[in-house]
Amino acid sequence: MKELSLHILDIVQNSIDAGSNIISITINEDTIRDTLVIKVKDNGKGMDAQTARKARDPFFTSRTTRKVGLGIPLLAAAAERCGGSLKINSLPGKGTEISASFIHSHIDRAPIGNMWDTVSGLIACNEDVDFIYTHVFNGNTFKLDTRDIKKILKEVPITSPEVIGWIRDRIKDGINSMYGGGEYENNTRAGRDKASHPSDFKH
Amino acid sequence: MKTIQELEEIRRRTLQTLNIRKDRSGTRIVVGMATCGIAAGARPVLHAIMDEVKDNNLSDVVVAQTGCIGICRLEPIVEVYKPGEEKVTYVRMTPEKARRVVREHVMLDKVVSEYTIGSEEKK
Repeated sequence: MKELSLHILDIVQNSIDAGSNIISITINEDTIRDTLVIKVKDNGKGMDAQTARKARDPFFTSRTTRKVGLGIPLLAAAAERCGGSLKINSLPGKGTEISASFIHSHIDRAPIGNMWDTVSGLIACNEDVDFIYTHVFNGNTFKLDTRDIKKILKEVPITSPEVIGWIRDRIKDGINSMYGGGEYENNTRAGRDKASHPSDFKH
Repeated sequence: MKTIQELEEIRRRTLQTLNIRKDRSGTRIVVGMATCGIAAGARPVLHAIMDEVKDNNLSDVVVAQTGCIGICRLEPIVEVYKPGEEKVTYVRMTPEKARRVVREHVMLDKVVSEYTIGSEEKK
């Protein structure tokens, strides 16, 4: 996948298929410690230890329309190739937490990419699921919780096109101001603004 | 930054159209969003459909997602369900093709035959 936001979109489908109604997506970027951690936590049906182990195997899937399941193996490969790892914590009946870590400045790390399309798309297609999206960059936090939005909307569905448009823009603006107003990711990748991010000198 | 006040404005505007919407049984547009679909470009297709629905005020249209349909090589796949009509499956979608499906099939009732799975399999 070209963007980590596409892996996230994919991994969250597992949570939806597991019958979750609350899914939290957390991204924590720390350029001082040079880490990037993505967590997807749900309250779905969970997996026993054996199934959780098998989830890393591309030739295991719980579905019946095909014989392979690539979501978790692809994210695990992406993390491992960037000096990180993928952890699965799951309890039957309680839920699952997938945690993928990366070296933030690793040359092979895909950009986080378009999180506003990932999160607003998930909300638009899953009216009955609540999403809590938290994104932290060097201690600056952006958070969006659909339970807060639904309280304001009352009888108006959160999936109304105009509401989804507002959510998408809200996330886009929120991420930009969390990065300090600039297009941080594009700048660092274009080699600009290196002085303020010492981790970029590693390669 | 988009404000809560703007959200409350949207709520008021949407509320006025809500009662009209309830009496109509609408069209469902379903986008395949499994690993295969996402890797093939389903996310921009989904957003193109949502934008087209919003821009044309199609208040009786529901956009939804589904998992893998089993024909991964033809992703991104979009299915259109119109009440009382047979399902139409569109394959190898792009944002531009998806916009055309909304404008012609959903709005004008003209199936875009050249993008359907039947037409793809004749190739």
